[in-house]
Amino acid sequence: MTNNIPNFVDFDLKEIGRKMYKELNIDLYKKLYLIRSSELTIKKYYNENDMKTPMHMSMGGEAISVGICHASGNKSQVFATYRSHAAFLAKTQDTDYFFAEMYAKDISPLKGKGGSMHLCHPKYNFMGTSAIVASHIPVAVGAAFANKLKYGKHTDKVVVVFFGDGAIDEGAFWESINIACQKKLPIIFVCEDNGFAVHTPIHIRRGYNSITDIISKFNCFVFESDSTDVLKIHDLASQAMEYVRSPCPVFMNLKYYRYLEHVGIDTDFNAGYRSKQEFEKYIKEHKDPIELQRSRLIDIGIYNDTIIDIEKAINNNVYQSIFKAKNASLSSADETYEHVFS
Amino acid sequence: MRKITYCDAIREATVQEMDRDSNVFIYGIDVPDHKGIFGSTLGLQEKFGKDRVFDTPLSEDTMEGFGLGAAINGLRPIHVHMRVDFMLLAFNQLVNMISSYNYSSCGELKVPIVIRGIVGRGWGQGFQHGKTMHSVFAHVPGLKVVLPTTAYDAKGLLISAIRDDNPVIVFEHRWLYWQEEDVPEEPYTIPIGEGNILRKGDDITIVATSWMNVEAAFAANILEKKGISVEIIDPRTIAPFGNNNGNKNNNEKLIIDSVKKTGHCVVADNDWLNCGFSAEVAARVSDKCFNYLEKPVRRIGFANTPCPTARHLENQFYPNAKNIIKDVENILDLGPIDLTGIEFYSYEKKFKGPF
Repeated sequence: MTNNIPNFVDFDLKEIGRKMYKELNIDLYKKLYLIRSSELTIKKYYNENDMKTPMHMSMGGEAISVGICHASGNKSQVFATYRSHAAFLAKTQDTDYFFAEMYAKDISPLKGKGGSMHLCHPKYNFMGTSAIVASHIPVAVGAAFANKLKYGKHTDKVVVVFFGDGAIDEGAFWESINIACQKKLPIIFVCEDNGFAVHTPIHIRRGYNSITDIISKFNCFVFESDSTDVLKIHDLASQAMEYVRSPCPVFMNLKYYRYLEHVGIDTDFNAGYRSKQEFEKYIKEHKDPIELQRSRLIDIGIYNDTIIDIEKAINNNVYQSIFKAKNASLSSADETYEHVFS
Repeated sequence: MRKITYCDAIREATVQEMDRDSNVFIYGIDVPDHKGIFGSTLGLQEKFGKDRVFDTPLSEDTMEGFGLGAAINGLRPIHVHMRVDFMLLAFNQLVNMISSYNYSSCGELKVPIVIRGIVGRGWGQGFQHGKTMHSVFAHVPGLKVVLPTTAYDAKGLLISAIRDDNPVIVFEHRWLYWQEEDVPEEPYTIPIGEGNILRKGDDITIVATSWMNVEAAFAANILEKKGISVEIIDPRTIAPFGNNNGNKNNNEKLIIDSVKKTGHCVVADNDWLNCGFSAEVAARVSDKCFNYLEKPVRRIGFANTPCPTARHLENQFYPNAKNIIKDVENILDLGPIDLTGIEFYSYEKKFKGPF
């Protein structure tokens, strides 16, 4: 019989590496593009007033959700906030559910009970959100405790909890990081720092200069970045995954620019609390996450036509989902009375 | 059958459920210390270890949310608060998160959490150590609220609460802790929503919660000597109230049936009156027993003040059997009953049971 074990020398590790690198970048781009396309679609149809739910848009923050959800793996559980479109789609890619829920149709598993602010998809380990700022963070810590107890302390079933810089003002954040560190829980705290709590800027909310300095005094690992490069964030998150499985909590402070108003589908530069020039300067320095990743694909040798095909397929997907949602019936009124108790 | 105390019954229920189901764990400030939450958690950490029985930092709200997270991931937490007053720090998690998590996941994420809150009336406990607050939690859809009265209740209701896949808040009155009665050794359940006819009678219905059942029973004994037959209905569960899957001893049904029989109702709630459970009972009785009532429903509860610390002031705050007797005298047009020489319950004169 021939020896079927390939000779080590026959592997072209560089080639495998290049291929994996290309695949990773394409996967990351697909997720980024899916999120952006879905949110642009919401913008397009929102004024028809059929998605009767306040929209807290993710535009500008996609790289954080995608990089972290991709690196933490399918088994990991995600908890997020009322601004969770990007995290939800990064984790589930389920645009059917996404639009069905926005339109409150019977084809949505949540039957419209949650809307944009309270997406929940446990099948994909998207475990729920909170619109009470920081109130989901303790829940994430408890979930991580359960995972450690049930699956062993080095489990790869890690918890990722997303929250904004506003949540760090809340006592619940400090209590949570304290408990997670005391109990050595496998949880990654991700602050999506856009510098605002609604319209209140960070400098009038904080009596300290550097959150990462303070958190570094807790028994955890700390990362920070202001990059919009999904690959960089993915890399940081991959490192975080190594540390978190010690187990040990990880805190990541990731800055981004919230393109749109706090709630709603428009920009609000004319409101006066931040300037359009500031935004334009930001984009010049950091680049839009989707565009940045697209340029990378070109740089690593993906043909533009291939990228266009990918984009077309995603747009078509999104269109199919919203079409399905628009044409489905509203969920039954009796759903109001269901699931108060199990 | 052997006699055990209400406190023993709570501990026994906990041990038996933790033995039966490895997902059950118990935690809270001071849970594993040498005092063991008035004795109710003694020995648990030694038996089940530090992963399943643990103390916590002073972070009530976060530890409540922690319980929610553990529950949706398949564990069955029991979070103990040494005082209901401290549980109030967790009001945000209880009302904003726990009560609606199953609803907001359309049933995909169950919340099998038990919250034990002790009503701390005692030696000058004052306005931050003696609140009852059960009505406030009963007001919120998605939370179940039980108030065990007897030692038998304490074990059966706690076991039901632990086995229930929903959030159940158990309010335990500290003055009930020392009573002893026959309690089966093997595990048993009392359905949540099932009330108890504490005492059968024909002349007047007293609906009592928690410690007020003791006062009602004491009052009933005195009234009996005057030929008045008092019926005491203890709902035990105040949320859900009614709608209990046709249970023939459904808390609301027992009350309605009783008032239809007696034509009179006094509600003795171990709480303030304004917007409380007593008002709910009065509303239901008024709705469903309108043609049977001979007089309007009367309510007895705490004085409409924070609870003062000094004993003689505290005695103004808390109603007792005297208030019940007075109301019954009033309603049934009895002459005043001579109560001289009767020693009522107090911190010094404890209720040792049985009922």
